[in-house]
Amino acid sequence: MSATFNVRNVVVRGLLIALLLLPVYVGLSGDRFVLTLFTRIIILALAATSLNLIIGNGGMMSFGHAAYLGIGGYAVGILAREGIFNGFVQWPVALGASALFALIVGALSLRTRGVHFIMITLAFAQMAYYVIAGIARYGGDDGLTIYRRSQFVAPLDLSSKTQFYYLCLALLYASIYLIWRLVNSRFGMVIQGARSNDLRMRAIGYPTYRYKLVCFVIAGTLCGLAGVLLANYTEFVSPSIMYWTRSGDLIIMVVLGGMGSVLGPLIGAVALLVLEELLSNITEYWQIILGPLLLLVVLFARGGVDGLLVKSSAKVRS
Amino acid sequence: MTLLIEQCLNGLQFGLLLFLLAAGLTLVFGIMDLVNLAHGSLYMVGAYFAATFAAWTGSFVFGAVLALAATLVVGMTVEVIAMRRLYGRDHLDHVLGTFGLILFFDEAVRMIWGPVGISLPLPPWLNTSVQILPGFQYSAYRLAIIVVTLAAAAFLNVLVMHTRVGMLIRAGASNREMVGALGVNIKLLFTLVFGLGAALAGLAGLMQAPMLTAQIGMGENILILAFVITVIGGIGSIRGAFVAALFVGFVDTLGRAFFPDLMRLMLSKDAAATAAPALSSMLIYLLMAIVLVLRPEGLFPVNKR
Amino acid sequence: MSEPLLQVTDLAKRFDGIVATDHLSLSVAAGDLHAIIGPNGAGKTTLISQLSGQLMPDTGRIHFAGHDITGLPMYRRSRLGLARSFQITSLFLDLSVLDNVALAVQAHAGHSFRFWREARSEPELREPARAALQRVGLSERAEWPAFVLSHGEHRLIELAMALAGQPRMLLLDEPMAGLGPDESTRMVELLRALKEELTILLVEHDMEAVFALADRITVLVYGRVIASGAPANIRANAAVREAYLGEEEAGYG
Repeated sequence: MSATFNVRNVVVRGLLIALLLLPVYVGLSGDRFVLTLFTRIIILALAATSLNLIIGNGGMMSFGHAAYLGIGGYAVGILAREGIFNGFVQWPVALGASALFALIVGALSLRTRGVHFIMITLAFAQMAYYVIAGIARYGGDDGLTIYRRSQFVAPLDLSSKTQFYYLCLALLYASIYLIWRLVNSRFGMVIQGARSNDLRMRAIGYPTYRYKLVCFVIAGTLCGLAGVLLANYTEFVSPSIMYWTRSGDLIIMVVLGGMGSVLGPLIGAVALLVLEELLSNITEYWQIILGPLLLLVVLFARGGVDGLLVKSSAKVRS
Repeated sequence: MTLLIEQCLNGLQFGLLLFLLAAGLTLVFGIMDLVNLAHGSLYMVGAYFAATFAAWTGSFVFGAVLALAATLVVGMTVEVIAMRRLYGRDHLDHVLGTFGLILFFDEAVRMIWGPVGISLPLPPWLNTSVQILPGFQYSAYRLAIIVVTLAAAAFLNVLVMHTRVGMLIRAGASNREMVGALGVNIKLLFTLVFGLGAALAGLAGLMQAPMLTAQIGMGENILILAFVITVIGGIGSIRGAFVAALFVGFVDTLGRAFFPDLMRLMLSKDAAATAAPALSSMLIYLLMAIVLVLRPEGLFPVNKR
Repeated sequence: MSEPLLQVTDLAKRFDGIVATDHLSLSVAAGDLHAIIGPNGAGKTTLISQLSGQLMPDTGRIHFAGHDITGLPMYRRSRLGLARSFQITSLFLDLSVLDNVALAVQAHAGHSFRFWREARSEPELREPARAALQRVGLSERAEWPAFVLSHGEHRLIELAMALAGQPRMLLLDEPMAGLGPDESTRMVELLRALKEELTILLVEHDMEAVFALADRITVLVYGRVIASGAPANIRANAAVREAYLGEEEAGYG
């Protein structure tokens, strides 16, 4: 993140600051809906950021990432159902379960490439979906209501909308920062190299498999965290969050925002979900615009919104 | 015993239906190297068209034929407008672009037909059962499906193995550039192949409609199975798709029918009740994961040059 | 020099009935520049692939610096000091030239499970990378994205990457491929300088370069060695002339 003054940086920094000040605006205007909307955007941005780590930086196109939203969410939900509301118990369990699932799926999937990798990650996510949907005790297809949010130590109270918003925002910003450091570290260089030319990486001496696996686990765990937050947010969790089309939604956010750029997913989540809100006020059939829009982005604006911002910055500079 | 026969026939019928879907997918994937997630949407569109045309014309068969033609047209239109621009690109681009098409089709269907599904009632001559063995009745409609899909499979076999177009298709599956270099009108070939795939998907959809009703999202459900079959069978291989589809059809049907009982033998009643439905659904994905890990190219890989 | 640095014994590889490598034996003495020549289809690239670990031979053994490396995966051989450049340029095109070479340095600089410190600011990685780039003459292009450079410059990056790991031996697969006359001369000079410090196994079609640089030449036809020895002997060898140089009669006489 350089200190140059250009269009892209202005927009991006404006966004980061605006998100910080949002609750102030809500307090002044009384528009609580905006707070609710943006809490959801932040959480999904976290999920998308974790996905970008493996897609944009790692070149691993996983179509089963939404599974971690479910795993994280159900860890909280199941423990809550059993009477355990303590966040210090729930959250580590959720993250541990996500990491374990990622480890197993990654260990098996990373032996494949390309479309096979897409299919096998999708298959594992569907397996998780069916397993969860089949457990009647925890709601099955209908889902599971969570009667109380995760309990921590005072003064942290997740039932306060403002506090919860800031918690999610803090976790998002922390994650983005950590991923930024990760991507530029030695580890990150290996992952980028493996994305660029895996064969060459192995030829020059890297056992790329293990690096990709670690990356995969990190991404899955982070998405599990998003799942925990999502479950707390909606106070409900259902298997549908893991259905393969939800993984597609996450990928849309990443691509729309701009892959490979650390802030891209946040931009994508904001752009997509705000667009959803605006369009759904115009027509209930807004998805009919979103579909072809996605296709157009894929065909003509592969760098996503962030890419367009960078291009327009370059124009302004020259 | 009759239960077993019935379930086997159901498995056969389901497998053949899946084959229709998977064949189109694997053809398009093998020849144009295109990952088409919207294949399920064509399946859905076929079902909706059939329900509508059958209601308009009052005839099930006539409606079905019209639906088939309409799906073919829709397929080729999509190919010309959208798919052409995706050829040669990264698979990721295909996945994203066709995912966008899924969203489009789902909404378009909702706009035109409303959010609630529509049913396609069977004509009386199909809505009966037939006695195949002494003391054993089987649904006439399911038998009809078996017959029609086998006929379609035979037609596909003749087309691919014994005609010039089929030869081009097989050549294109192993070496796309060469076929183009030989001066064949590649654009037309691709449009026809995509159209063929669309027609097969539409046929599967319209045949499934009376049993499941036409609804939004039916494509997404079955698309996964079709992909699983394509991957297990080997991308680009119709023979592989056939074998894998039958295999998957049997495993899924028999699994759902008998797995719960099997579980009840081994575990307590409660545990079985909890585990069985989940595990039955999972079976196919487990299968695919195993195949992918042991033999990533699939069971009948097409040798690419 | 008693034991050769690289010893290949009875190597064989078939692809579906086509014999690519036919009971091939060869040894490369430390400090030599050993050239492999032969007509197209002789199995030269297959040989390099087996030596570097991209392909596994069906039978035979490969010994490098006293180790049996026949079954070792690519990255292990690289760590033992056997580096390879590719015939078809295989770089990290979306990264900068310096990043490309730095990755090669990083491979030999301990493990890479370091998650915090910025790799681009580590002198242990950047300095050797810059040094390698200087060796091949690409210092001014260090910060440019790799895809912008010319084909000839890509071959130089290839070489810099191979050098970055401080290898004992280089496997070069047609380094002159696709180079214009000026670039070829530059490459030959570079190889001549490198020859003083490393052992090199060179696969090449460019006969001028081969005869200018090689200490020993091995001739491969259909996966078999038909002659091996000093350049003057190879030039005079009748079987070689017939099998291979005969084609070149028009060009080199």
